[in-house]
Formats: sequence, structure tokens, C-alpha cells
Amino acid sequence: MSTIVEPSPSTHDGHPESDAHIPGAHQPASLYVTIALILAVLTALETSTYYIDFGVLAVPLLIVLMVIKFVTVVSYFMHLKFDNRLFSWMFYAGVVLAVSVYCAALATFEFFMRP
Amino acid sequence: MADTDLPLTEPAPGEEVAESAADWLATDEAVPTMPDDWLGEEQGADIIDAASKKATEPHRGLEYEHFHTTTGLSNNKMAMWLFLGSECLLFGGLISTYMLYRGRHTGSPGPAQIYDIPFTSVSTFVLLMSSLTMVLAVNAAQARDDRNTKLWLIVTALLGATFVGGQVYEFTSFYHEGLGFTTSLFSSSFYTLTGFHGVHVTVGIIMLLSVALILSRSKVPGDKAEVVELVGLYWHFVDIVWIVIFTLVYLIPS
Repeated sequence: MSTIVEPSPSTHDGHPESDAHIPGAHQPASLYVTIALILAVLTALETSTYYIDFGVLAVPLLIVLMVIKFVTVVSYFMHLKFDNRLFSWMFYAGVVLAVSVYCAALATFEFFMRP
Repeated sequence: MADTDLPLTEPAPGEEVAESAADWLATDEAVPTMPDDWLGEEQGADIIDAASKKATEPHRGLEYEHFHTTTGLSNNKMAMWLFLGSECLLFGGLISTYMLYRGRHTGSPGPAQIYDIPFTSVSTFVLLMSSLTMVLAVNAAQARDDRNTKLWLIVTALLGATFVGGQVYEFTSFYHEGLGFTTSLFSSSFYTLTGFHGVHVTVGIIMLLSVALILSRSKVPGDKAEVVELVGLYWHFVDIVWIVIFTLVYLIPS
């Protein structure tokens, strides 16, 4: 008597590329709690710049912390790290385009408003 | 010709062929015997049960996700990511406008005099924790745990409402300190940026409560886990926008 075989997650659709990202998608809750704690610590570090004078390092430090928090949320909470790369391209294309266009715009304003 | 495992032969020239099943049943022709490898009624019924269960069961989590689309990906999810990519441009415009005008507040309160960093830090922490509860809701939805999905969605909505409440309090106190919407270019760009973000959070709360409500009534069309995941993507986006606003608007001195 034959048995009914469940399709393998990686091959059930005959399209391995589409599933290459999938095994890590469903993460344990403990991972998310750990990431949330790390984000909370980073936020506390950011807030500390209000009380402690970091001098010229303050702005670069804040920018670096902001980028780390941004990428962590996008990668883990939004599952972009585990999901199909096409989604990453779509989202990061928007981010890069926005940052580039507005940096160019701000630089232009700075140039023309300089006495 | 329909697919079948039964051995079929071409009719001989001149042989009468039944036009329909009813015609065939009306003939005296003997019912063909099953081939030796026929699984039998019991196992056949098992296969039918398994197939119907598979067809009707809810989402099995991302592990079994596959969509019959050109890309093999969910069109809904792709549309959401495209939407979020375009939202980056909206918020990029608002943030850069604020950056440009934050120093334009002659004779009226400026960022250094008006911001309450400890209070905003607490609001930021609340919104960050709402991202945690949101991802737990998505996790529960993928595990087909409706009870916990609803619970985490409602907790997320409550945390979001706390954040919006904090923003309303902040706006009110700023107004009482003399910073109206048209007071200066700084105030206009600040209220527009943070107000737009607040509206996005409010829309997110409405989406969360709506999903929790339709989950309790079991009226989610299509894939439940995907619906929760899409709302989650929107919610996390609102969180990452605030991560940027908190740093660029509140923490970096003008």
C-alpha cells in the first residue's frame, strides 16, 4: 500500500528559486524579543546624546544608530532578510531614490542660499 | 479525451460508440474490470480526503507559500512593497522640507526651546514595542493561531493609540507655548511632517482593529496570514519612518 507524500517545501512547486528564501521566514518569538531589546538599547543610546555631549561625534553616531535600527526592523520584523530579493529591490530602490533626490535638492538649496 | 488510468482502445471501424455516459449505461456492455494496480476504494477515499483537506485548509505558513503568478510571488505583497517604496519618496520630501526650514523661526519658539526629548523618547519606545507585538501577531497568524493573532493585533493597536495620544498631547502643549501651524516655516514643516506620520499611524490602527474584527468573525477573504502580514508591513513601515524622524527631527540639533 502506497503512502501519500507531502510535497517538500523546496521543491513542491518545481520552482526552487522562489523558495530559496523561505526556510528562515518563520522565526521563533524569542528572536523577535531579542531584536526588540537590542532596538530598545539603541534607542536609549540615541537618547543619551541629549544628555551627554559627544561633540563632533554626536551627529555621525546618531546617523549610524538610525541606519542600524532602520535596517534591523526592515530585515527582521518585515522579513526582508528571508523574503524574495525582488521585494528588497523594490523597497530599497524607493529608499535610495528618495535619499538621493532629496540630498541633491538640499545641496542645491544650500548652494543657492549661501551668501 | 479525459485523463484516466483505465486502458482505452480505439473503436474498431464500424463499431457503435456511445455518445454519452447515459447511452453507455443503457447498453448491455460489461463494466470494465479495474487493473491490478488499482488502489482500491479505501485508499482512493484516503486520497480524496487528503486532497479536499489540502484544498480547504487555511494558510500553512510561508514554508508552503507559492502563488500562481508570473513571478511566483504574491501580487498583494508585491503591491504593498511598491506602495511602501513610493511612501519613502513622500516622507523623504517632507523630511527634507523640514531640514530646509527648521532654522527659520525668527521671533518664535525653535526646536531647541520646544522639544521635550524625554517624552518623545518614551513615545518612540512605545512605537518600537508595537513593532514587536505586530511581528508576534504575524508569527501567530502563520502558525494559524487565531486567538493569539487577535490578541497581538489589539495590543499593537493599543500601543499605536498610546503613541498617537502622546503626539496629540505634544501638539497641544506646543500650541500653548506659542507654536501654531502658521507661526513660522519651522512650525509649518514640523506639524506637516509629524502630522502626516500621525495620520499614517491612525490609519494603521484602523487597519489593525479591522483585521482583528474580521478575524473574530472568520470573514477574512483568502489567506489570513497574508492579510495580517500586509498590515504588519504597513505598521513596521510607520515605525521605521519614526526611527528616521526621531533622529533627524528631534535629536540632531539644528
